[in-house]
Amino acid sequence: MSLYQDCILDHYRNPRNHGTLLRATHRASTNNPVCGDKLQMDLIVKNDIIEDARFSGAGCAISQASASLLTETLKKKTSADARAIKPADILKLLGVPLSPNRLKCGLLSLETLKKALNNKM
Amino acid sequence: MNTSEIKTRFPIFQHHPELVYLDSAATSLKPQTVIDAEREYLEEYSTNVGRGLYPLAEKATEKFEAVREKVARHIKAAGSQEIIFTSSTTGSINLAADLLNHTVNNGDNLIITAMEHHSNFLPWQELVRQKNADLRVAPLTQTGELDLGILQNLVDARTKIVAFTAVSNVLGTINPVQEIVTIIKNINPHTLILVDAAQATGSIPLDVTRWNADLVAFSAHKMFGPTGVGVLYGKSHLLEKLRPVTFGGNMVLDVGQASETIYKEAPTRFEAGTPNIGGVIALGAALDYIENLGPANIRGHEKNLTDHALKRLQETFRNDIRIIGPINPERHGSIISFALNGIHPHDIAHLLGEKNICIRAGHHCAAPLHRALGLDATTRISFSVYNNEDDVEKLIGVLKEIQKMFLMK
Ligand SMILES: Cc1ncc(COP(=O)(O)O)c(C=O)c1O
Repeated sequence: MSLYQDCILDHYRNPRNHGTLLRATHRASTNNPVCGDKLQMDLIVKNDIIEDARFSGAGCAISQASASLLTETLKKKTSADARAIKPADILKLLGVPLSPNRLKCGLLSLETLKKALNNKM
Repeated sequence: MNTSEIKTRFPIFQHHPELVYLDSAATSLKPQTVIDAEREYLEEYSTNVGRGLYPLAEKATEKFEAVREKVARHIKAAGSQEIIFTSSTTGSINLAADLLNHTVNNGDNLIITAMEHHSNFLPWQELVRQKNADLRVAPLTQTGELDLGILQNLVDARTKIVAFTAVSNVLGTINPVQEIVTIIKNINPHTLILVDAAQATGSIPLDVTRWNADLVAFSAHKMFGPTGVGVLYGKSHLLEKLRPVTFGGNMVLDVGQASETIYKEAPTRFEAGTPNIGGVIALGAALDYIENLGPANIRGHEKNLTDHALKRLQETFRNDIRIIGPINPERHGSIISFALNGIHPHDIAHLLGEKNICIRAGHHCAAPLHRALGLDATTRISFSVYNNEDDVEKLIGVLKEIQKMFLMK
């Protein structure tokens, strides 16, 4: 099965929650040195609830689609619930198995999210 | 060049008949003769070199040393005393940097170029850091060639070493090595020059004597040979003066406990320990393979194919493709890097891979160059003797499909 299912291509071509948040309370950026993927994640967390999440950056379809899919699930989650998201959950969102060398691309969004949750502005 | 006949000599194509291998710049495929040479050593006379006095060990030593002669002839060195066996180009350049470490002092400078592979960048960066010396990076022109005017201005009385590549592993640029060496030596005859020939071997005919470089590094695995073997060529009068930097068996004449240990002559004194014997012997078979095809024929074939591919890519993708590197085929080796509008190189590489087309994506161990180009990554294709125009058409066909798939709204 090709990695590039319609869902991934759709999220890559039309990313959800793309952009930055002027009033972000949490923010972090990461990059994947192997392919040069870059991601920034902005969050607005109020009373421990994620009110808004946006991502920006550039990179391969897998890294960008994964960020788009992840941000869709974040709104109204408590930060503890967001911290509890596991790599397996991201793979489920992507819906395709990732080979070891694409895992880094697929999981960059989660890494960025965790870093952002720890980086209050 | 009869590529279908050539393909029959590379057993990988029997295992993968559909394979379109466009990644020879990473490592070349291996012909049967190279595989046989290594296997014969392992099966028939797998003894150590330089020590044993029985016939099998003598045979191994003879075969091993014969390759040293062969390498010297192939690159037109003055003799086999100028050929040091190492583990790879990386091993060779690190060895060179260690051998020359003592020549660099506080306030001296070293020059490299903006198109260097990390292998020819980091050992020098580390050396200048240790010595508090200056690292100067020669910039490129708009077309991805070395700016010789600026390079010339960087050289001065305190330039100890200049290290540059013969062929860029990203841009494909063939540098005018002899001209560059002349320019540098005219300004400072004491400057030592290292040429990274990793991408030149097996692609363009080499003549280190004409180049007049002091040191030249390359890997067996990019010239149809096995991994784990590299060569550092050094001019004999330079090597004779240098002290070893790794110590162990095989490199000494006499070891005294209180008195002085006496090292062997170059190149043996730079080869402590048991070398990759089977690998070196297989490199000999790789050199025979290249000589039989003829280095000039190989270059001719690759030049035509590269020129053809450049034209086809440009006429197919027009404004959607950005070719990185010189377009002039005389200045272009068998490597083409490009960026396709709106599609990340890793996606391209992955999707081509699903169709048995092997190419490279990323920064190709040349992060500083990509920074200068303003790109995070590029897609790279590279050709060798087993490639032909069918491979180019298959590549373009799949690239068109990928483009359609990504740009669909
Ligand atoms: C120009 C250049 N220099 C050095 C190297 C390093 O070669 P190796 O990995 O065999 O040490 C490469 C390999 O990609 C190269 O293309």
